[in-house]
Amino acid sequence: MCGIVGLYLKNDKYESELGKLFTPMLIAMTERGPDSAGFAVYGDEVEDGIKLTLRHEDENYDWAALAKDIETSLNTKVNWFQNSKVAVFKVDTDAQTVEDYLEQNHDDVLVMSSGKSIEILKEVGLPERIVDMFKLGNMKGSHIIGHTRMATESAVTMAGSHPFSTGLDLCLVHNGSFSNHNRLRQELKREGIEFNTENDTEVAAGYLTYRLQQGDSLNEALENALKTLDGFYTLTIGTKDGFAVVRDPIACKPAVIAETDDYVAMASEYQALTTLPGIEDAKVWEPEPSKIYVWERN
Amino acid sequence: MTTNNLAETTAIESVGGVATVDLAVQTVRDLNQGLHDQHDELSIEKWEVLNPKGHHNLAVGVDQKLKIDIHGPAGYYCAGMNKEAEITIHGHTGQGVAENMMSGTVRVKGNASSSAGATAHGGLLVIEGDAGSRCGISMKGVDIVVKGSVGHMSCFMGQAGILAVCGDAGDALGDSLYEVHIYVKGSVKSLGADCIEKEMRPEHIEELTELFERAGVTDQDPRDFKRYGSARKLYNFKVDNAGAY
Repeated sequence: MCGIVGLYLKNDKYESELGKLFTPMLIAMTERGPDSAGFAVYGDEVEDGIKLTLRHEDENYDWAALAKDIETSLNTKVNWFQNSKVAVFKVDTDAQTVEDYLEQNHDDVLVMSSGKSIEILKEVGLPERIVDMFKLGNMKGSHIIGHTRMATESAVTMAGSHPFSTGLDLCLVHNGSFSNHNRLRQELKREGIEFNTENDTEVAAGYLTYRLQQGDSLNEALENALKTLDGFYTLTIGTKDGFAVVRDPIACKPAVIAETDDYVAMASEYQALTTLPGIEDAKVWEPEPSKIYVWERN
Repeated sequence: MTTNNLAETTAIESVGGVATVDLAVQTVRDLNQGLHDQHDELSIEKWEVLNPKGHHNLAVGVDQKLKIDIHGPAGYYCAGMNKEAEITIHGHTGQGVAENMMSGTVRVKGNASSSAGATAHGGLLVIEGDAGSRCGISMKGVDIVVKGSVGHMSCFMGQAGILAVCGDAGDALGDSLYEVHIYVKGSVKSLGADCIEKEMRPEHIEELTELFERAGVTDQDPRDFKRYGSARKLYNFKVDNAGAY
């Protein structure tokens, strides 16, 4: 099953309430996905440098020491804060430099996301627990996408939870399953894409990463995904400036979109949208199959 | 998270012959049990449902001449298996509205998601907005009027009844069709296997006129519609193939 939810604000009216508005949306999808939950929130953008969401299994991990080490070794500045097992690092350099350094010197630290504004937070457990753990209700930002997982293809682990990072400020959540993920994973590995799990969604994320590396625009990458990915799926892709929604050509997996002057919201079921302001008067419809919907701020 | 379907039911009371069920305080089970109880002993004919908020399975399995108004959007399978009741949804619905309806009328004031009227045997389904994919899939006698457009694979394997679409139809309309009469006013993106356009004869104008009257549709002229039906090449045994046995 799985549940997908997304909320994109068209203006700054609700920016300070993004997390508060999104919390009941994610929790409403518990019945569709009680195994794990996660979200990618976009906000608190860094002007220079890069923002990374890092995770360590040990809740008492010494993030301050890591920050100091990065500052000294890479001769740069680091601003950071901790949120549960995750820390957000704002580093005054580029993503590749930091990621390479971590891989070589701190391979117990996992990079969840990197970009100018994205933060990916996900854990195993009921959505309500994940929401509390990361204090989602206090978060601000311009847009956010989330996922509640009912595992089918692979194990219930943090790494197998959604969203999956697909590049700088890009991520993917998925409801459905892919039938050609095993073969595609082999092909992508030969092209140098790395995988951490046996999860089928990670393959779709890897495919988008690969296409974008090949020079595709997001739209082109999604058009290629429609041709290459076999199976049934509703995908929501978070970008730096908004989000995109794509359904497979048969449209097996549910999706509903609601739009007002202030926001665009998407969910697997309408129940997740009922707490949004002005939802009674929103335009509500089902996205068409094989059609790429993109909402982005200029 | 609600535990709506697991709660014990509480009795529904009526005021002035009207039962009002507020789903903000009562459960879906309360509503449906109250409606089902009317089958054996009809005591309340009019039902108002408040705060549906996209709940699934609202007014499913009704088997009595009731008038039910659902004030807001409904989730999956709303008014499924309906017999005799007149059910109006003042909002949009999730997938499978009026699926397997036997008789009665279901009216959706907003848009409907996929599989509206799926496998329905009888009655009338009116969707005032658009319907998603697979509208009228495997329909077996229901009449469906969609004032907007329908999505892809609509009327797939449709067996009997009428599907009238006042807007456009998506890909593969009427694929593997049996004997449903399909009428579309706007464009058809593509026809499915064995579905062809057919001549609009006077009896079809008459049929559509009668359907629009029954559906309360007053702003459509049946002469603007095109008719589609089965070429009858897929589901009939071709005698030419007899030699294969």
